Amino acid sequence: MSEKQTLMGMNGDESVAYATKQVNPDVVAAYPITPQTIIVEKLSEYVADGEVDYEYVAVESEHSALSNCVGASAAGARAFTATAANGLALMWEITFIASGLRLPIVMAIVNRSLGGPINIHNDHSDSMGARDSGWIQIHCENSQEVYDASITAWRMAEHPDVLLPIMVCLDGFTLSHTMENVLTLPDKVVSDFVGEREFITVKGHMGETELRLNPDVPLTFGPVDLQDYYFEHKLHQIDAMKQALKVIPEVDAEYAKISGRSYDLLHPYRMEDAEVAVLGLGSTMGTVKYTVDQLRDEGVKAGLVKMRVFRPFPSSDLVDALKDIPAVGVLDKSLSLGAPGGPLFEETMATLYHLPKKPLIANYIHGLGGRDTGPQLIRGVFESLLEIKDKGEIGDPMNYVGARP
Amino acid sequence: MSELNLKQASRKPEGLAAGHRLCAGCGHSIVVRMILKATRGPTIATSATGCLEVATSIMPYSSWNIPWIHNAFENAAATASGIESAWQAQRKRGKGPLAKYETLDVIAFAGDGGTYDIGLQALSGALERGHDFTYVLLDNEAYMNTGIQRSGGTPFAAATTTSPAGSVIPGKKEWKKPIDDIVIAHGIPYVATLNPAWPMDVMRKSRTAFEVEGPAFLHAFIGCPRGWRYPMEKTISLSRLATQTCLFPLYECTLEEGRPVYKLSGPSAAIARRPASKKPVEEYLVSQGRFRHLFRPEKRDDLIDSIQAWVDQKWEILLEKAGV
Amino acid sequence: MSTRKPSSKELPIGAVVTKSSMEYETGDWGVMKPQTDLEKCTQCTLCHYFCPEGAITMNDDGYPEVINKYCKGCGICAEECPVKCIEMVRTK
Repeated sequence: MSEKQTLMGMNGDESVAYATKQVNPDVVAAYPITPQTIIVEKLSEYVADGEVDYEYVAVESEHSALSNCVGASAAGARAFTATAANGLALMWEITFIASGLRLPIVMAIVNRSLGGPINIHNDHSDSMGARDSGWIQIHCENSQEVYDASITAWRMAEHPDVLLPIMVCLDGFTLSHTMENVLTLPDKVVSDFVGEREFITVKGHMGETELRLNPDVPLTFGPVDLQDYYFEHKLHQIDAMKQALKVIPEVDAEYAKISGRSYDLLHPYRMEDAEVAVLGLGSTMGTVKYTVDQLRDEGVKAGLVKMRVFRPFPSSDLVDALKDIPAVGVLDKSLSLGAPGGPLFEETMATLYHLPKKPLIANYIHGLGGRDTGPQLIRGVFESLLEIKDKGEIGDPMNYVGARP
Repeated sequence: MSELNLKQASRKPEGLAAGHRLCAGCGHSIVVRMILKATRGPTIATSATGCLEVATSIMPYSSWNIPWIHNAFENAAATASGIESAWQAQRKRGKGPLAKYETLDVIAFAGDGGTYDIGLQALSGALERGHDFTYVLLDNEAYMNTGIQRSGGTPFAAATTTSPAGSVIPGKKEWKKPIDDIVIAHGIPYVATLNPAWPMDVMRKSRTAFEVEGPAFLHAFIGCPRGWRYPMEKTISLSRLATQTCLFPLYECTLEEGRPVYKLSGPSAAIARRPASKKPVEEYLVSQGRFRHLFRPEKRDDLIDSIQAWVDQKWEILLEKAGV
Repeated sequence: MSTRKPSSKELPIGAVVTKSSMEYETGDWGVMKPQTDLEKCTQCTLCHYFCPEGAITMNDDGYPEVINKYCKGCGICAEECPVKCIEMVRTK
């Protein structure tokens, strides 16, 4: 039975901040960047008003924000940060270190396009640039998902089989600055759900100890890891990502019991008999749902697959969702310049390639630099997919939706 | 201050174990061993990328008998600030693994590259925020780990692989960055210079740095036989000469009622009392291959004189600050 | 000592280090080793502090003992001993 909840009007940034306040980690280290600023402002206000007792570290850069989190997390603290765009780019070096040292840091990414030229609006070029860094990535469609993921992320990251940092991604402005209804749990329910951070035991050079900087039994973190050991440590991370595919649904199921809200790695929508379908991430999926409903009313067998967890990539669920669909359009909100397609497109192609019978798959790049992707544009995507389905072939798979040629 | 003397501290277990792979005669481990003998109890350290970090943590071996983390090159101060924040948060709440420690000596070790250059921003930020930690600058005056490239800490006229002594340009063209002045300008409670030739002075200042509340900065002189090109047995005698020539004066700077208060330490105070005992800087320069071009093929008195004048002026300014 | 390297499953999570460098003997780096004449030694402990390896420990009687398996033969101890009771001798 789910707990009694309070309906609050909050934008995406406030949802991150409110959930983080309820989790009350040990250390918050962050540097302001549009459109993430509401998060750091709120988290500072809670401290100023005595509502929380975490250490708020107003660092001098994003690089130091994540570096501080690495120190804090290695010392055994729960550490949180938030950033966007160029801020994440500045952190890039440390994202790999946080994952490689297996530190369960939680970071909100308020997705914003990566200059230049400089642009403050939403696309996914920031978090997609960090997709190889060894972080779990959860992409949210609305503020409710943002709130929920900002709570469950801690349990996923800290799970002894996982121990990986997590990015909770929300679209800049579209979510971060747009007020929505968000159901929130009581503080006590949240703090009971996240519990205390627990540690695995390892055998280091001075004996057995919890995996943290322990003054009583010292460990050495971040050694020089050369050609004779580095590869094995990467196997550890590969395994952790595989484990995360099992752990994430377990945590989500447990959370569903207290919240009544269920989440999956992938969310198929009206896919049961779909002939054309769109796959994508983030807030655009709301617009796609709306369009799918319209098309269904018109008799078009349209469907949607929303990918909520992009890292680890839910390959097996994706195969199940798409294998029998004649034509699939992959919506990418970022570019991989010079590559055969956008990142989600390429990974979808790679995942489905081995199937004996597979969909025709086209790539629709959209929304770059915050370009609005309204229902009309999504309708155009479906029309294009219907044409592909009827012809049985794709010419150039690349489409740039909403751009002036 | 609790007791610290040479005999007692010599029996204290090593914080940095043998078997590390620093060069024979390296000054790093000499200084780090002394500093770790001065810790009060629970300690966590972090090192910036550099000679010390690389030579002490080659998987699967570690020389660190204290909990230690390497994060990256430019962020030793930020990493240390995270460790300190974790301790403060858990101590305040009375829960979490660090909550039980009444004191925690958090130390950031970084070289001159990691401090004067790439790490200056993170250092400045951590000092400004006032974290209770000790930052140790291990200054061997160039990027030695990557093959002796010049840094902001490399002295004027020194030859490095990126400031070579050529037929037109005689080594580094710029003067050493005044890092201590930059740090002191942050208004932190304790800054001191360390020279391994005086072990008791190193340990006493380190203990003070740990005991002070808020950030402390220790600037250690680190001889590098390989990069400076001198015989490996000369590390201590050359370090001593750096202080005897006033090129690397020993002093402390504390904060009293918001004002920096400078105090010369033993060997430098002795020179202040007997100025005639100050040795000429040429004696220091001539013993190192990195300054060889100042003496051969012909002696460059113009450059040696300008280095002497620079040292004299810095020394005079320090004497004024110390009220001598 | 086995040369087999541990498998991924044998290594601890977190890429933490598994051995003390005390197991890595650096004594074969150098060709010279210190020889001490304890008759002259004043127990000043400076050789202990100046040794970059921590390879000179002070024994219960207060005299230095050189741990040759770590000594890299730099010669700082001999150079700095105030009473010149340490001499570097060729061992190979």
